[in-house]
Amino acid sequence: MSNEPRQQIHDSTAPSTDTRDARIGEGLDNRFNSKLREAFGASPFILTKFDQFMNWVRGNSMFMLQFGIACCSIEMMSTYAIKHDIDRFGAGVPRASPRQADVMIVPGTIVSKFGPRMKRVYDQMPEPKFVVGMGSCTISGGPFQEGYNVVKGAEEIIPVDIHVPGCPPRPEALVYGVLKLQERIKNSESSPVVVKPYELEQFGDLPQDELVQKLASEIDEDDLVMRYNWADSP
Amino acid sequence: MSTDIEPPRTAETTEDELEALIGDRAIARDDHLNAPGFVINPDDVQDVLADLRDEAGFDHLSCLTAQQYEDRYESIYHMKKYVDPTQEVSVVVPTTLDEPTSQSAEPVFRTADWHEREAFDLVGIDYEGHPDPRRILLPETWQGHPLSLDYDQTKPQVVTLSEYENPIQPDHIDSESDTMFLNVGPHHPATHGVLHIKTVLDGETVLDVDPDIGYLHRCEEQMCQQGTYRHQIMPYPDRWDYVSSGLLNEWAYARVAEDLADIEVPEYAQVIRTMGAELCRIASHMLALGTFALDVYGDFTAVFQYAFRDREVIQDILEDLTGQRLMFNYFRLGGVAWDLPEPREEFIAQTRDFLDELPAKVDEYNDLLTTNEIFQIRCVDTGILEPEVAKEYGCTGPVARGSGIDYDLRRDDPYGYYENLEWDVVTEDGCDNYSRVLVRMREVEESAKIIEQCLDLIEEWPEDEREVQANVPRTLKPDPDTEVYRAVEGAKGELGIYIRSDGTDKPGRFKIRSPCYHNLSVLEQMVQGEYIPDLVASLGSLDIVLGEVDR
Repeated sequence: MSNEPRQQIHDSTAPSTDTRDARIGEGLDNRFNSKLREAFGASPFILTKFDQFMNWVRGNSMFMLQFGIACCSIEMMSTYAIKHDIDRFGAGVPRASPRQADVMIVPGTIVSKFGPRMKRVYDQMPEPKFVVGMGSCTISGGPFQEGYNVVKGAEEIIPVDIHVPGCPPRPEALVYGVLKLQERIKNSESSPVVVKPYELEQFGDLPQDELVQKLASEIDEDDLVMRYNWADSP
Repeated sequence: MSTDIEPPRTAETTEDELEALIGDRAIARDDHLNAPGFVINPDDVQDVLADLRDEAGFDHLSCLTAQQYEDRYESIYHMKKYVDPTQEVSVVVPTTLDEPTSQSAEPVFRTADWHEREAFDLVGIDYEGHPDPRRILLPETWQGHPLSLDYDQTKPQVVTLSEYENPIQPDHIDSESDTMFLNVGPHHPATHGVLHIKTVLDGETVLDVDPDIGYLHRCEEQMCQQGTYRHQIMPYPDRWDYVSSGLLNEWAYARVAEDLADIEVPEYAQVIRTMGAELCRIASHMLALGTFALDVYGDFTAVFQYAFRDREVIQDILEDLTGQRLMFNYFRLGGVAWDLPEPREEFIAQTRDFLDELPAKVDEYNDLLTTNEIFQIRCVDTGILEPEVAKEYGCTGPVARGSGIDYDLRRDDPYGYYENLEWDVVTEDGCDNYSRVLVRMREVEESAKIIEQCLDLIEEWPEDEREVQANVPRTLKPDPDTEVYRAVEGAKGELGIYIRSDGTDKPGRFKIRSPCYHNLSVLEQMVQGEYIPDLVASLGSLDIVLGEVDR
């Protein structure tokens, strides 16, 4: 591009005057008539708050955690692969390490043995972090809800921002869920991080009952454990 | 119609010979629908199993079912021959409720190791002489045995995180030894899901691996025992091997339940089943190929995406046929849910288009992978699995065929429409990672042949004979105490199901014999002494899917 001003502005000031009038002229909302606007005149500029800008950036550049659990991960892989190509939405590079990721898609059934592990992976992700629950199993346990070993939804352990229902959801549904998450991030919304029913605790801190006393010889007091109260699960 | 493909048969071991062989050690008979059954004392297990293997040639311990009755525990060893899986025998070992101890079969069949650990874990039978009597699917600290009769599911459980040892913690560095302990998984890109491999390394060489499974144990057997035969069980098989092998798995349940309830499936439905199942096999092998390339190349951009491109086409076809992309739920007892979608010509043309394009695509994969020197360096002569070892560990499917074991249930124990079609069983003698990949690639072509023939049949089938479902009663209540074990050739190998009916409309015991479970158990034999990158390649070439390993 040359350094010459654009022709129409060089020849006449009318277009820029029109634009300025349209932006800060009579009868318009006063809130937009800032000193900055007067100084800039017709030149386009954007006013934003820094955190809004950050959220916009965040929403459009999401690093997913490469996290395959069960059936839904096959559809999740389809979502990453050609045809559906979630990269189009700025969310396409799966990260193998939780420390580099900021979105975790939970694609599958959480069972008792995996619960503590998922919590640990979630804890390792840097803030701000977001979770998309993929499939019925992460909502309620899905078809396996009555199983003796199945956690009744990922939300028993970690906060979930977006639930994508289906068994499994189609890739289109997951794309929609991710877009919804981006929308929420841009609007600075996220699920509050609260204490979940199942937390990692030190074994010594568990309330003493029959089960804890029985296991006392096997588990060290400092060991992290997760205690499942199946009877209280919804 | 002529049978174009003849299974190799050996002289059949008759029931009289079996009776003579087992002799006094049989305390009673307990015949199953599929095989003669002999009840023996818990002390004679090793003896009888060794005799059956050495004298009568039953070299395949296909499955071990453990279950609890009101008055006893029972372990059933389902035995077959690799040369002829239609010859079967069941060895039934009852134990008392007070002292459920039975002799371990591990010294005779290595595969009994994991079988018996699972039986102990879920049902609670102790196996005396077992080298490693730990839980396998549930956490070590679990209380009770969930498939025993008195298990209370509402009781709380405590699960620890300490079993995930940290290799750089001071207490893991032993000044005396120069080995290193390394966790691979349970959340790791190379493990194809949630598998945890405890690895001991000496430099870069693998000394020992111990696969730690159960991170996806979602109680499939319990779910099936809670469902009614007619409709409620069929959705679950889709979720065992979820790598779009849905129809293959559904067939496993359909076959066993149809045998149990004596249902005859119309021929037309069998043709559709055969076609759908083979489409699933192609999709499954494509994914195996794509993820294997990802494992050995770290190649997310070419082969992986190519494989998914081709899978998408199959998934579109299957979606047209069944209405779902992945969890088809298309088979019904006695047939399939519905006929081909209208307009039929379009569906058939679309499928033929796919088959026409397939050879060019296979060539492309061969260019990219199998003829590629780098790929060959990674795969040829790594992860050696000798046929004897494979048999001892109960390996089946492409893993066994890659070791030269000519074993394919589609031909050897025919079901569906396979025996009327022209196709070959693919075997390779290399016994290495490369052979297993080649077997899958060539099986894709064989599957394409089968689909082609099925399409011809479907096209010519007279319109008024297109019967997709047999007449099946609304509620199935098989006679009490009927027991049957049946297997089909899934994408990963022999997928078997044992059902015991208890007179109600739900199974009394539903046991799944998963091919991946046994294919994974052989990993330690394949990687000892290899480099750690070969561990990843070997694991990838086994093509396990954790949903089926853990069930």
